Amino acid sequence: MKATRASFGEGLAELGREFENVVVLDADLSKSTQSAKFAKEFPERFFQMGIQEANMIGVAAGMSFSGKIPFLCSFGAFLTGRFDTIRVSVGYAEANVRLVGTHAGVGIGEDGTTQMALEDFACMRSIPGMAVLSPADDRETKAMLRYLMDHKGPAYIRLTRQAVPEVNKEGYRFELGKGVELKAGTKAVVFATGNQTGLSLEAANALESEGLDVAVVNIHSIKPFDSELVQKWANKVPFVFTAEDHNVVGGLGGVVAESMAESGASARLIRIGVNDVFGESGTPQSLYEKHGLDAKGIKARIKQVLS
Amino acid sequence: MEKLDSEGLKSQAIKSRKLILQMLEKAGNGHPGGSLSAIDIITTLYFNEMRLDPQKPTWEDRDRFILSKGHGVPALYATLGYRGYFDPQETMNLRQLDSPFQGHPDRVRLPAVEASTGSLGQGLSVAQGIALSARLDKKDFRVYCLIGDGETQEGQIWESVMSAGNYKLDNLCLFLDWNKYQIDGAVEDVMDLNPIPEKFKAFKWHVISINGHDVDQIQNALKEARDTKGKPTVIIADTVKGKGVSFMEVDNKWHGVSPNKEELEKAISEIEGGLK
Repeated sequence: MKATRASFGEGLAELGREFENVVVLDADLSKSTQSAKFAKEFPERFFQMGIQEANMIGVAAGMSFSGKIPFLCSFGAFLTGRFDTIRVSVGYAEANVRLVGTHAGVGIGEDGTTQMALEDFACMRSIPGMAVLSPADDRETKAMLRYLMDHKGPAYIRLTRQAVPEVNKEGYRFELGKGVELKAGTKAVVFATGNQTGLSLEAANALESEGLDVAVVNIHSIKPFDSELVQKWANKVPFVFTAEDHNVVGGLGGVVAESMAESGASARLIRIGVNDVFGESGTPQSLYEKHGLDAKGIKARIKQVLS
Repeated sequence: MEKLDSEGLKSQAIKSRKLILQMLEKAGNGHPGGSLSAIDIITTLYFNEMRLDPQKPTWEDRDRFILSKGHGVPALYATLGYRGYFDPQETMNLRQLDSPFQGHPDRVRLPAVEASTGSLGQGLSVAQGIALSARLDKKDFRVYCLIGDGETQEGQIWESVMSAGNYKLDNLCLFLDWNKYQIDGAVEDVMDLNPIPEKFKAFKWHVISINGHDVDQIQNALKEARDTKGKPTVIIADTVKGKGVSFMEVDNKWHGVSPNKEELEKAISEIEGGLK
């Protein structure tokens, strides 16, 4: 078990060792985003920008114009808040900037709504050319980081505060825009992203022991999106679920809904996520129970629909 | 190309003023006022100050210019055209469908511009990023940026002013086109900026105040900025919105309205008559 922000911190330092053009910017959250590891090892390539997210975004764009690959880090909620700077200085300019937003969803717990990224998928994916990524585990986070050294154009990466289990096997290869089928099934499929992937897998395994075989697909790329895979499953099973620690509006649930509507498939879609409400304080577990986002809640929802 | 001397700069600015108004008349809309207030600065930068090669717009050792007040882009297009980045007459496609000469600068469609700007307040941060990477790479090119006075009301400007001062970016030089008007009226009435020099000094900048239409003063200020070490320089350029066209100078409606044929002819005869 490891938080994807921790995997990011380790992976970023590895990239720093290998690639001289990697630079990192942080807005006074380097301990939380875990960019501090890079900062310690490569102080000359780490830029402490203070609590100025908008300026940090613009500065990173400028650095990318000189051939750097900037990773700029903050909480996803705070980056989303500087949407227009991301839209114009990064998106429209096709800047090779990597926006790293940590502290995804209600799963961060006690700090409450203001620190929870709950709209970041929706905002970021509305920017043309922006890759929107959400790794499920340590292996995927590190593979994704490596991939981002070759990616052309801007990318947003969403990371978790809390620890997540490994869901991908050894030898895993990251492929942009491709879903990863983790478990087969005939009764339904769950498309899950980020930490919800591990929890959906746990739910599906529990259902398996009760005689319900439900497939699980990990969606690490919200954009570009694997529509083909969704349409394949929508024509194969009667129920499609999505699971995300994000507002169901415009997030993974929204993307899958768009894709299914265009596919003409008759499967029914059930979106599991934060149902268009703000978060609140509480322990991560209590929040997941409240929103039905823990393995038990996901399992119960699937069972309810299938029965 | 030889650098232009003061006389050369003045006649170049006259040519550019004419082209700015011609492209705006053809486009049918756009921003003459803030283009005319900035043209003497931009002309001096591209024809006298900056290290550049129009044949190699992405040459890595070039000096950079970021027009943060993107609506003033006709001034930049005219200057880039006459400087040899493209045929100046191409700019007559300003604001047309599929044209690289977008209503606001677009670095993807027109690589001769360094940043995509137009949502005010963002360009200085981009300039700061370029200046920081120049320092990291031990490159000696300089980074110039131009912001409007109305634009200076944006919070992100002050984030970057604070940041560049703390980073002691002496390879960064900022022009503030102090033309005193914004869309809704006088800057002083809409949201007063004064006192301006004191604000920049407080954020650890070197401050120079000049007449932004006097090419000798612009050149001297640029030299002083080059010689200033350990801090970024801001050149507060006292300018006149619509400079060079009498009826534009006295009426702020020319912020975002283009001249018609008749007005264009009148403006051009004034400009050709020489600047007051």
